[in-house]
Amino acid sequence: MPAKRSSPLLTALRLGSIGGGVALLLSLMGMVEALSERDIIAGVISTGIALLVAIFMVFGFSAARAQSDSSPATRIAVGTLTGAIGELFLVGLVILGQNVDLRPVFPSASPELYALLQFGRTGTQAYVIMLVFGAVVGALGAGLALTPARARRAIIVGLTAVTLSGLLEDLIHITLATAPGLVVLADRILARGVESGLKPGGAVFVFLLFGIVTFFWGPIRTGIRAGQQAVPPSQRHRAGLLIYGLLVVILLLLPKAFGPYLTEVSNSVMIFAVMAVGLNIVVGFAGLLDLGYVAFFAIGAYTMAVLTTTAVGAQRGQIVWGPHLTFWEALPIAVLFSILAGVLLGIPVLRMRGDYLAIVTLGFGEIVRIMALSDALKPYIGGSQGMVEIGVPNLGQVAAALSSQELYYYLMLAVLFLVIFIALRLRDSRQGRRWMAMREDEDVAQAVGIRLVSTKLLAFASGAAMAGLAGAIFASKVGSVYPHSFNLLVSINVLAVVIVGGMGSIPGVVAGALVLFGLPELLREFSEYRYFVFGAVLIAMMLYKPEGLWPEAKRRQELHEADESEPRPEVMATSGGAGSA
Amino acid sequence: MAILTSRKVVKRFGGLVAVSDFDLDVEERSIHSVIGPNGAGKTTFFNCVTGFYRPEGGQITLDGHLLVGLRPDRITRLGISRTYQNIRLFNNMSALENILAGEDPHLRSGMFGAIFRTPGVRKEEAAALDEARRLLRFVNLSGRGDLLARNLPYGDQRRLEIARALAGKPKLLLLDEPTAGMNTQETAEMTAFIRRLRDELGITILLIEHDMRVVMGISETVTVLDYGEKIAEGPPSEIQKNPRVIEAYLGRGSAARMN
Repeated sequence: MPAKRSSPLLTALRLGSIGGGVALLLSLMGMVEALSERDIIAGVISTGIALLVAIFMVFGFSAARAQSDSSPATRIAVGTLTGAIGELFLVGLVILGQNVDLRPVFPSASPELYALLQFGRTGTQAYVIMLVFGAVVGALGAGLALTPARARRAIIVGLTAVTLSGLLEDLIHITLATAPGLVVLADRILARGVESGLKPGGAVFVFLLFGIVTFFWGPIRTGIRAGQQAVPPSQRHRAGLLIYGLLVVILLLLPKAFGPYLTEVSNSVMIFAVMAVGLNIVVGFAGLLDLGYVAFFAIGAYTMAVLTTTAVGAQRGQIVWGPHLTFWEALPIAVLFSILAGVLLGIPVLRMRGDYLAIVTLGFGEIVRIMALSDALKPYIGGSQGMVEIGVPNLGQVAAALSSQELYYYLMLAVLFLVIFIALRLRDSRQGRRWMAMREDEDVAQAVGIRLVSTKLLAFASGAAMAGLAGAIFASKVGSVYPHSFNLLVSINVLAVVIVGGMGSIPGVVAGALVLFGLPELLREFSEYRYFVFGAVLIAMMLYKPEGLWPEAKRRQELHEADESEPRPEVMATSGGAGSA
Repeated sequence: MAILTSRKVVKRFGGLVAVSDFDLDVEERSIHSVIGPNGAGKTTFFNCVTGFYRPEGGQITLDGHLLVGLRPDRITRLGISRTYQNIRLFNNMSALENILAGEDPHLRSGMFGAIFRTPGVRKEEAAALDEARRLLRFVNLSGRGDLLARNLPYGDQRRLEIARALAGKPKLLLLDEPTAGMNTQETAEMTAFIRRLRDELGITILLIEHDMRVVMGISETVTVLDYGEKIAEGPPSEIQKNPRVIEAYLGRGSAARMN
């Protein structure tokens, strides 16, 4: 609840300016123009314009929300004004740009951008249309603030679904193409060929579908619950198994539906997911902030490379020694080496906490990278040129029919299931409790009898093992290793996955990997702005959903129980109420 | 028979002497209180006993084992558990998990057992859970086992902390201001509860307290600290009348009686 009440006019001015500033930034960055290559609704609205719509709608919404004690009409007016003021900034840009060439400073300030912003018109007509556009969108945002919560959520989900479907149109098309019946449906909804995005009718359909389902989600969920209750307890276990079995079958058939490109994307996502599950143990369970996680990934990859490469000898680009092991022989050794590295890292950092631990682990990651890059070790591990001709898993007859992507898909799928299984078992065990107690309060954990040394080392070792496993398979999949692939950014990316997914939550980190790695692979337009969007998503997550996309079940259960708890008969009035120790 | 003895324990922080020349004997199965004004060195002494601080001088013995220089987890496994002045629970773990964490020294399973869930491990986990539920019942928190520790009301949190300490099956329990922040009725309940701990479980209790009703009500022996030095020791009735003690709490020349 804001303590001060600013006038509607000031609110509009403030939020309109910020919104205008954001729109200006994104335009001058080139994002608006780049995104406009693709339409969300074919021929109607491009992704770039949709971005502007999103901005002004959000700010119009915020403005109306800030003026919570004004009349509805005033609130809509505030939203409208906010949007118009925002557009004013863009009008200003266009007017300025037509008289002064801004390109020496802002390379993206091109005539094409201006044409885009002016919706293809020129002169006063264009400016009026721009302002009206801003005003209308701002008003829509304000209207959204006034809508009752349930309808509002439905609308937002519907719009998000339309946006995502429009962006991922070709992915959806490819996937649905494998099922004959669904192709017809796809054609009705999605545009084809040169055009991108959804057909207008399709957009309406998607919006209504998701909107209505969201609106009735409450009753739907109750219905599902009732359905679950209807199944007698003895059958429930079987039914659960059946559903999981079905999911597994779908996952097994996915490469056929996806085709080679998407299968390849899935493989990358799964490699990061395995790493995220491992880092989740270190950071999420044990609370040890490890910023050098990529080191273990690298060690797994390099061990696999040295042990299996056939490029051994005295020529350029070859290393001097290599035992020519097979993939399967080298894999356990690679994991073992990573575990060893994990323990070696753990020992010097046993007494460090928080920031100090983070910096030292970061240093460790860099040490490994620099060693890989060094000329001193070049004869043994390839230096800056890396190593090539790395071993491939041999599965005999079974593998003969599979393509390379499919082979690695099934391998990674099995590995992902394995590490998730291990992580789940560890979480619900004595070891898991030791980690969590240490995370919560290291001194008290020690005071209840937990040995910190072994607890920390086991956490590092477990995380390292999973990263090493992912690294070894990664090296084999790519066929070569270069030190440049194992930099600090990888550690940070995996950490971001853990945080965005939900620290300590295993389904969360898999979801995080999907969102943070799957989506960028699929949205090629964003590739230049990938880290910008990444950063924006991280900030937004921390502001609005710090517990992550899919928080630990306990946290959600806690929210659930807060609704259900009743006072116990023997509780008397406590002076303080709920404690916050 | 003294279960805990300290001889000439000295703890300094730079130039400040927090505890000086402190001798203490805690009789087995007794309830022994340590009192004194704020800053007298009581919690500091507790921290020396549990190994969180290392005293600069002196020795502390539990049942014949020398404690000074040992790591805190080793000391706990010798049979000492404690609670804290400001409650320090594992906030994002459930009540049951907090207690299970307290049972850790008595469990055997490791990584292998965790991953493969052998029958032995499953039996151990089931037994541990039963014990945790039993302790939950003992501290009157039945039914709240799955709530997160940080969402429990204040009084429940205090009791949970005691349950966690009991999970370690200690011979000696150190309670640091267990009735802080409680009203009259809660204090009376906690007092009765502490007595039950000793009577039913045979645990020796060493208590830091400010509430004189509690101290005088259940202690067999009271030791008084002021500025790190022991200024009095004896049964509650004597301490109540001791002029040095009164002066320490209420200032020189005060004629007020305690309770």
